[in-house]
Amino acid sequence: HDDLKEMLDSNKDSLKLEAMKRIVAMIARGKNASDLFPAVVKNVACKNIEVKKLVYVYLVRYAEEQQDLALLSISTFQRGLKDPNQLIRASALRVLSSIRVTIIVPIMMLAIKEAASDMSPYVRKTAAHAIPKLHSLDPEQKDQLIEVIEKLLADKTTLVAGSVVMAFEEVCPDRIDLIHKNYRKLCNLLIDVEEWGQVVIINMLTRYARTQFLNPNVNVSITHMYEDEKAEVTTLEKRKPYVMDPDHRLLLRNTKPLLQSRNAAVVMAVAQLYFHLAPKAEVGIIAKALGMFEPYLKSFYIRSTDPTQIKILKLEVLTNLANEANISTILREFQTYIKSMDKDFVAASIQAIGRCATNIGEVRDTCLNGLVQLLSNRDELVVAESVVVIKKLLQMQPEQHSDIIKHMAKLIDNIQVPMARASILWLIGEYCEHVPKIAPDVLRKMAKSFTNEEDIVKLQIINLAAKLYLTNSKQTKLLTQYVLNLAKYDQNYDIRDRARFIRQLIVPTDKSGALNKYAKKLFLALKPAPVLESPFKDRDHFQLGSLSHLLNAKAAGYQELPDWPESAPDPSVRNVEVKDSVCAERTVLTGPEGAGVLLLQTTRGSSNILFHVLLLHSHSEQSSGAENRKRGRKAVKNQKSASESESESESSESEDESEEESEEESESDTDVRKKKVGLDWNRILANYVCIINFDTFDMNKITSVFSQTIAPSGLIKMYELLHRITGEGLAVEYCFSRQPFSPDPNMVAVQIQFTNNTNSETKNLHIEDPRLQSGMRIREFAEIGLQPSESVTVVIGIDFCDSTQAANFQLCTHTRKFFVSVQPPVGELMTPAFLTENDFKKEQGKLMGMNEILEKLTLGEKCVNEHVIVERVTATANLSRVPCGSDKECRFAGKTVSSGCLVLVTVTTKEGGGAQLTVNCEKMVIGTMLVKDILQALSQ
Amino acid sequence: MIHSLFLVNASGDIFLEKHWKSVVSRSVCDYFFEAVERATEPENVPPVIPTPHHCLINVLRQRIYFVAVIQSEVPPLFVIEFLHRVVDTFQDYFGVCTEAAVKDNVVVVYELLEEMLDNGFPLATESNILKELIKPPTILRTVVNTITGSTNVGEQLPTGQLSVVPWRRTGVKYTNNEAYFDVVEEIDAIIDKSGSTITAEIQGVIDACVKLTGMPDLTLSFMNPRLLDDVSFHPCVRFKRWEAERILSFVPPDGNFRLLSYHVSSQNLVAIPVYVKHNISFREGSSQGRFELTLGPKQTMGKAVESVLVSSQLPRGVLNANLSPSQGTYTFDPVTKLLSWDVGKINPQKLPSLKGSMSLQTGASKPDENPTINLQFKIQQLAVSGLKVNRLDMYGEKYKPFKGIKYMTKAGKFQVRT
Repeated sequence: HDDLKEMLDSNKDSLKLEAMKRIVAMIARGKNASDLFPAVVKNVACKNIEVKKLVYVYLVRYAEEQQDLALLSISTFQRGLKDPNQLIRASALRVLSSIRVTIIVPIMMLAIKEAASDMSPYVRKTAAHAIPKLHSLDPEQKDQLIEVIEKLLADKTTLVAGSVVMAFEEVCPDRIDLIHKNYRKLCNLLIDVEEWGQVVIINMLTRYARTQFLNPNVNVSITHMYEDEKAEVTTLEKRKPYVMDPDHRLLLRNTKPLLQSRNAAVVMAVAQLYFHLAPKAEVGIIAKALGMFEPYLKSFYIRSTDPTQIKILKLEVLTNLANEANISTILREFQTYIKSMDKDFVAASIQAIGRCATNIGEVRDTCLNGLVQLLSNRDELVVAESVVVIKKLLQMQPEQHSDIIKHMAKLIDNIQVPMARASILWLIGEYCEHVPKIAPDVLRKMAKSFTNEEDIVKLQIINLAAKLYLTNSKQTKLLTQYVLNLAKYDQNYDIRDRARFIRQLIVPTDKSGALNKYAKKLFLALKPAPVLESPFKDRDHFQLGSLSHLLNAKAAGYQELPDWPESAPDPSVRNVEVKDSVCAERTVLTGPEGAGVLLLQTTRGSSNILFHVLLLHSHSEQSSGAENRKRGRKAVKNQKSASESESESESSESEDESEEESEEESESDTDVRKKKVGLDWNRILANYVCIINFDTFDMNKITSVFSQTIAPSGLIKMYELLHRITGEGLAVEYCFSRQPFSPDPNMVAVQIQFTNNTNSETKNLHIEDPRLQSGMRIREFAEIGLQPSESVTVVIGIDFCDSTQAANFQLCTHTRKFFVSVQPPVGELMTPAFLTENDFKKEQGKLMGMNEILEKLTLGEKCVNEHVIVERVTATANLSRVPCGSDKECRFAGKTVSSGCLVLVTVTTKEGGGAQLTVNCEKMVIGTMLVKDILQALSQ
Repeated sequence: MIHSLFLVNASGDIFLEKHWKSVVSRSVCDYFFEAVERATEPENVPPVIPTPHHCLINVLRQRIYFVAVIQSEVPPLFVIEFLHRVVDTFQDYFGVCTEAAVKDNVVVVYELLEEMLDNGFPLATESNILKELIKPPTILRTVVNTITGSTNVGEQLPTGQLSVVPWRRTGVKYTNNEAYFDVVEEIDAIIDKSGSTITAEIQGVIDACVKLTGMPDLTLSFMNPRLLDDVSFHPCVRFKRWEAERILSFVPPDGNFRLLSYHVSSQNLVAIPVYVKHNISFREGSSQGRFELTLGPKQTMGKAVESVLVSSQLPRGVLNANLSPSQGTYTFDPVTKLLSWDVGKINPQKLPSLKGSMSLQTGASKPDENPTINLQFKIQQLAVSGLKVNRLDMYGEKYKPFKGIKYMTKAGKFQVRT
């Protein structure tokens, strides 16, 4: 290779490149180029990027063999790691981590750690790739690497997600706990991750879900309704209907669109996820249930040009799909297969016919007749395979088929395939009573040809002889002894052993023991019919679509799919604190789009006159029918009476003119306005401020997560901030996430979700010009942009000063401004406070007189027990449950977010559906409004 | 994941090897060669072959086996899909993926494989991204590079890697902006002896060649989108818009790509454009067999059936065939017993036929298997399912692109039993 060395030493890049190209071509052909190592490694710092890349290729290939020389190049990569160009940083790390030299492990570790916090997501992705490389080089580094994995798992970019999960799977697949906090993020990012990452993530999440959620196919599960850690309340253990964890549902929902992927591996991954995790009823979307495949029966018909393995698989599918209704079509199809030129396939087809015959009793005779016809086929293989299958079928009902047995006995003269001959002999022996005349004759013929037979045939001849000796010793005694004598001197010791054993067993001598008496029972015992089994059975314990599943053997690194847990582990481990920053995370799950009642509050210019209009709104359609109108009117009345009572109780304090004005409006007036709304829908929509969407939510969901006090993501109400029509394609919804707002604890966290329904990017989305009541403050989000069809969630903080005044501001995009406002229900102005029973009593004692509001009420029909009351109250207000000794009382406590005033709520139930509601709060306005809201919630 | 890759040609030579982790000796391929020997046809080699320490997963494309070496658990489909992607990438770069093309471009092949996998896990497989990292070889570029000493390797991270549309490179510029779409449908069918359809399905694809400046946002709508039964998309297609409106909305990759593949199920009636009349018979005791084949158009919606090719595997007992075609040429290979007849275009006025006799081994009994007839054909300007593109709109860019759409129907796995 001297010429190559010369070229590499030259000053010209073009010569170096030419040399490197030739060297790489050598490597590609598998030729050894290791002696060039010193000459090549010198060029690692070459300016020409292609030369450099090819040197990298060479280095990675030979570094393991030339460790000392390889170390010379390390400093170049260390320099590369600091390069301002992200591609160079990434490739330096790639090569450095691919050099399998243990001495540089600490350098690698350092480089990986640094790259994991690199600004460029591409470099971070490379860091994730480097983790398994280092782990395989030095497993001792596992703990440190897990730290890096943990850090990278929290990464929010789609580029990193797939690679870090890959690293997780290779290094620490059992550390399920690292996934908790990232679970929802991974689910939500999934659709945007590149396809290879999707496969890895889906497979990992399948395993995760199996450890965290309950089996959706067990109808009733035992769950703790709620557990009080203070142990003051008895733990109720109740059977309740299964309710799917919202996170479980999230996974199923977010993977479903990927069934449309162009990548078969992704489709398979989703299919296996549904197979292992979905309720039976939903598995149909992957057409897994056999009934679902039936319409596609004909798609599995076999072409002569299919590769053999495909033919066998299709046969298997057809056999499994066969039922009483379609069996005749399938059998007709099978008959054409038997004429195929591919003999292995013909044999498999005959076996398939046999399996259909065993599975479907109605066609057993038809199949049997078909198979018997095959016995006259010219091809011996076909005949042999048919004999074997017929033998198995006959064993199921031999008495009806003595003619077939006779027919087969005749075949013994012509058929040469040993397995078939053995099968026939076994059949005749087993059912010699059905063919009493033919059987001894067959034995006679066999005795003649014994020495020329194959071993399996010889064994069956001995068997036949033994059985005949026991049933018809008169005719066959001599023949048997002749056969046994031949066998005694056979070359095969199995046959010699068998002969000796059988002679002892059947021929009574003075020495023969007790067994002799039972010889007949031993030989002619009723034998269970064989089960014709699929060659694909017995592999369901492997994860579908895995290598292990295909091979039906555990491959290295296979992670067992765990069984569902008996009871679900704490779902709150997946809760994440939503940071005050843009994240692609969507923690709020909106309920089904049903009809909801809207509360429209329109502002008219600056006069700030508020009036309430209630409308019925359906998310999908704007035209509401007559019935909807009626319901809307009813709602108006409710709201009306509610606001009236409100004004009565706080009229002295109400200084807000607008409020009073709205109170004074007559009912007819409201109706008129409502009609106006109906007529001029668009104008009103353009002005409305907020929509309260009373989605009917699932009771069970609430109870199942109740003990956490923090409202679970599944039942947070979404309010509309900007309708997509008004927003010209930009739809904005908001909700009160009930999470603490970390930058300022005196602010209420409002989670806003933007959806861009247009085809163009919305840029520079931000808040401008907040118009707030004095004292109120708002903490805006950092400016964001939205790609077409993208949804982004941000969190803002608003200090409402413990009032239900709306916070008005403008939402600005790069082209437009929209006036919007956020109005909190009174229940959202508080956060849960944790008190003991004694503390509660003590604090209640301090808030008597003016600060206590008592109200009697009749509980609604559905408020049948404590749990419903608890869920209704906590849905209305962000309060926590306070333990209580009496089962007639429910207590709740909270603090207002802004000023931290205590809010105590007590609901005492009485016989006959009556109840008393007590609210103790220093802020009387809050107290009054809260009483009103809770009353309404409980009397529904 | 993927440990190593071996490329094996039809005669069983390993002509390229690449390792992403420690080197695996090429002797591991002996297990593969054993499997090849056992298989009667090249297609019958099992795709997954377990060996004591490794597992070999292979695909056969263009008469080259791509053999991946696996050491631990990985979904087999993952590897198979990846290998196909490798072949597609080679085809995209070199026009064809033959042994000669791979050998001629061995350095580019190596650079590509280096970028596509890192430590055995896919890194960059998107054609638009790869083309920015490693420029495809062209004659012009080769000449320029030799003179100027510039390289085929990009120095910057492809912009696509970090964007929300990773499949499209930025800064695309064309003087002629054009977008072409080919709707290609293949009929998979089995026709029985009597000429009735046993099963027929349509597998369709829409292949696109989009050369548009900037960041165009396209929507493609159909007159009858409900026809599409089982669809799979290029990642650029917005799934939600399809779900809601049955419209394909996407920011296309630059260049050639497969936008959509779909399936029209056997539940719908599929029009069969040709019929075959046949009489292939052997008589007991005679060393001659009769062979008669006539083709004719059936439901072609007035379009011509072209590029017709008939092939059939005759029974082993047939020694030779003495046939005369009314048009086109036929060949019979006495070793493989493969008969093929290149018919060309079907003229409805004068139906093509192939008639004559087959000679059998004397004394041998008549073969009891019936040959099947495989058909290939093309029909231009017809999508047999009736699928029609309604319109193509472009948003986000100002210029007017040139738009074109082409329909074609082909025979897929089209088989007639006799």
